[in-house]
Amino acid sequence: MLELEHLSKTYADGTRALSDINLSVRQGEIVSLIGGSGCGKTTLLRLIAGLDQASTGAIKLDGEALSGPHPSVGIVFQEPRLLPWLSVSDNIAFGLDHISATERKERVAHALEKIGLIEHAKRWPRDLSGGQQQRVAIARAFVTNPKVLLLDEPFSALDAFTRASLHEHLLGLWEETRPTVVLVTHDVQEAVTLADRAVVMQPKPGRIFDELPLTLSRPRDKTDLPFETSVRRVLTALDHSLKPSHQQPQRERDRQAAALWW
Amino acid sequence: MSGEIANSAWSSQQGAAALAAPSLTEKRRAFDWRILLGFLLPIAVALLWEAAVRFGLAQGRLVPPPSRIFATLLALAETGELWTHVWATLWRVLTGFIIGGVAGIVFGALSGSSETIRRLLDPTLQALRAIPSIAWVPLFILWLGIFEASKVALIAVGVFFPVYLGIAGAILSVDRKLVEVGHVFRLSRVQLARRILLPAVLPEAVIALRSGLGLGFMFVVAAEFMGASEGLGYLLVDGQQMGKPDQILAAIIAFALLGKIADSLLVLGTKPLVRWQDIVRERL
Ligand SMILES: Nc1ncnc2c1ncn2[C@@H]1O[C@H](COP(=O)(O)OP(=O)(O)O)[C@@H](O)[C@H]1O
Ligand SMILES: [Mg+2]
Repeated sequence: MLELEHLSKTYADGTRALSDINLSVRQGEIVSLIGGSGCGKTTLLRLIAGLDQASTGAIKLDGEALSGPHPSVGIVFQEPRLLPWLSVSDNIAFGLDHISATERKERVAHALEKIGLIEHAKRWPRDLSGGQQQRVAIARAFVTNPKVLLLDEPFSALDAFTRASLHEHLLGLWEETRPTVVLVTHDVQEAVTLADRAVVMQPKPGRIFDELPLTLSRPRDKTDLPFETSVRRVLTALDHSLKPSHQQPQRERDRQAAALWW
Repeated sequence: MSGEIANSAWSSQQGAAALAAPSLTEKRRAFDWRILLGFLLPIAVALLWEAAVRFGLAQGRLVPPPSRIFATLLALAETGELWTHVWATLWRVLTGFIIGGVAGIVFGALSGSSETIRRLLDPTLQALRAIPSIAWVPLFILWLGIFEASKVALIAVGVFFPVYLGIAGAILSVDRKLVEVGHVFRLSRVQLARRILLPAVLPEAVIALRSGLGLGFMFVVAAEFMGASEGLGYLLVDGQQMGKPDQILAAIIAFALLGKIADSLLVLGTKPLVRWQDIVRERL
């Protein structure tokens, strides 16, 4: 269980990037954070990853307070951030220094197979396409078997086809160890495709506006009526979050009713 | 005068970086015959000059024709004299290059990796850099005598600054985003330096060492001018005093070849380290 308690972040220049964030994510749950740019989504992930310090509040993983990068927390950035001097397989193995060479090899080979890049194992990152590079970055985070995986708009720079195939790769990897996933996106379709819950955020200061459960069965079919209904619900919430008059989200009851309807 | 030497060397370092950029788009392909275009002009000039002297249109006493320059070079090589001079020059450059290069790497690494050390060291080093290196010559001769030590010291000083600047600058410009990847995987300071900083600065370090080596060859001439009984620089001075322009030009050609060979060896030796980078390669 990942718990964020009264988390706030004010940058040195006085920007209130986050204010009083409270969120619990069950083990194995996929939560997607949605919101326009400047909502503090990246800031929130950086706090959880331990790359920045919160101004106030606490981050707990299974009851243990996190303060700094933790072996059980992995992150995939918006850019692949592969090390250009390492081959694809060495990039994936980057966080596996502490285990034996044979196990490392096995895990990397397995990850390469899962992301479908086995034949590219020995190539340099510069020889891969953007989508392939991002797959390697996801594999690099997965091979350490993190309990929590953070993804910051990892597919935003890719075309729709590549994105759809990466969704499948991501879910394929997730199926194996079922880590908790926090996925930042500004793509509602993406959120509904992947997540168990959508958390809609609002800017200035960054805070949570509303949470919507997405209880569709997997695998999800984008042409299904329930899928479209969910997309519409998230869009409505997003829409309300942008209007200053709607400070309070519609309450749980309506939503439950809507969820039960189909 | 010496200031000019130093200045042109600094800008040649930037020039090298600029030259590196376009080759990004170039792919490794079969031999490019257009390279031969570059030889056309010097060969044409040489042939014209040769012809001009042969047909009595020019005297060729102060500007000897290519055939005579090569004859001189060949004669020097046959008596073994050339090799003595080449070896003396090479030894000085290499010793100075190693001393200056190592010092440049160490100080550059310190200054690049610690803000405190940078604030402590950099202003002084920048001030020293402003001094034309040749201005040190009288002092070095007083301190170290007129033989090898003072020559090597001058070369080492010349090599030190481009290497220092290149290494410190390279470390400072390492992508913060890659450093963060190291933080995410909880690398210690030493691991971070070994697994991220070192490989990241290698390409620029090679460029810095190459411009250091270039300056080493520049300064060895100055060092050998200040009194030497052997070395290619001595051949130059001797040729001037004895009125032998063919010997001067032969020595200049030997310098050019030696410098090019040393640079190529450095590039070849460091190639495996920067193979992942497609920009540093196909350069000069
Ligand atoms: N290092 C920083 N220093 C100051 N302000 C920052 C910094 N990083 C982000 N911010 C500000 O914090 C707010 C939230 O940014 P960010 O977390 O990047 O939002 P998002 O990822 O949702 O687009 C923005 O207003 C941004 O300008
Ligand atoms: Mg962001």
